[in-house]
Amino acid sequence: MYSYIDVLTVGAGVGGLRVVDMAVQLFFFLLLLFLVKKFAWGPVMNMMQKREEYVANEIEAAEKSRLDAEKASKEAHERLKQTKQEAQKIIEDAKEAGQKQEQEIIRIARDEANRLKESAQADIQNEKEKALQALQDKVASLSVLIATKVIEKEIDEKDQEKLIHEYIKEVGEEL
Amino acid sequence: MNHTAPIAEDLFGISWFDVNLANLFMVAVSSAIVFILSVIASRKLQMKPTGLQNFMEWIVEFVKGIISDTMDWKTGKVFLPLGLTLITYILVSNLLGVATVGVIGHDLWWKSPTADATLTLTLSGMVVLLTHFYGIKIRGMKHYLKGYVSPSPIMLPFKIIEEFTNTLTLGLRLFGNIYAGEVLLGLLVTLATTGVPFGFIFAAVPMLAWQGFSLFIGGIQAFVFTMLTMVYLSHKVSSDH
Repeated sequence: MYSYIDVLTVGAGVGGLRVVDMAVQLFFFLLLLFLVKKFAWGPVMNMMQKREEYVANEIEAAEKSRLDAEKASKEAHERLKQTKQEAQKIIEDAKEAGQKQEQEIIRIARDEANRLKESAQADIQNEKEKALQALQDKVASLSVLIATKVIEKEIDEKDQEKLIHEYIKEVGEEL
Repeated sequence: MNHTAPIAEDLFGISWFDVNLANLFMVAVSSAIVFILSVIASRKLQMKPTGLQNFMEWIVEFVKGIISDTMDWKTGKVFLPLGLTLITYILVSNLLGVATVGVIGHDLWWKSPTADATLTLTLSGMVVLLTHFYGIKIRGMKHYLKGYVSPSPIMLPFKIIEEFTNTLTLGLRLFGNIYAGEVLLGLLVTLATTGVPFGFIFAAVPMLAWQGFSLFIGGIQAFVFTMLTMVYLSHKVSSDH
């Protein structure tokens, strides 16, 4: 059949140092190393590096904007709180002012009422005096009338006294 | 099955100056394929990766993972292009011989360049030389030499032997795996084509299985070679060793 020695010659040629083969292998490998580094792996690695930097930048930017948002939110919160306080203060002020005004109004009303009462009393006094004056006038005229009547009748002293009393009583009743 | 390598013997009349032309051809083909595929895949790079760019970036991440497994990423950064080229070149080389084998006359022209011990040992020798170079460059001559006698001077012969065994095992592991794969594929093809009754049918199923397995082996060996390269580099480069 077939000699195994022949089989062993397939491709290998185990024996023998072939310097040219080695030199060519070395040359081709180093050339390939140089070429693929320059034209294939170099650009690929550059692109990966670039992407890495891009991602890092993006993460940094995201972090920064997150911090900004946090800050802004805090600020808004602070401002809201402040506004609430201000509103509270305004309401309290308004309440106080309302109460003050209420008291003022009551005071004014009371004063007015007092003033009206006083003027009414003064009026009453006035009227009373007027009425007394009128009464006095009436008494005087009545006295004159009585005197004339007494004179007309020519009555005695007793009768006269009786008459005067009668008239005075009459006047009293009339009053 | 009497395939021989197309060897041009005694080039320029020098007795030891033999050249395996198939090797030269396949090294050139593998390099060209890797270069063309890489360049095509890395055209139209975008911020939002699509299609082939994703694949390229996956490879970059993969090799980055290998490097940062074995050493500090800060010092390992410079080895990323080396790792990428190694893994792609070796993978493509391994797969070339799995998918197709081309024979002209009795000469085997189309095969995996990594199924040749000379070429794999060249690669591993280059890697080991690089470890020495970067060991001196990054940590200084003093540290580099000190590495041979630590923890104790007794280690010196072992450390020197280790450098050679590293070169041999790294190269021969790759060679052995791929070469064995090709030998078995060759035997199966022979079974299918040399007139054994129903030979084709007997050969087809194992052929399919073995090709699948060879694909797997090819990927694993490319990974292992890159991984070990980084391990050897880290031994020389890292300060904690």
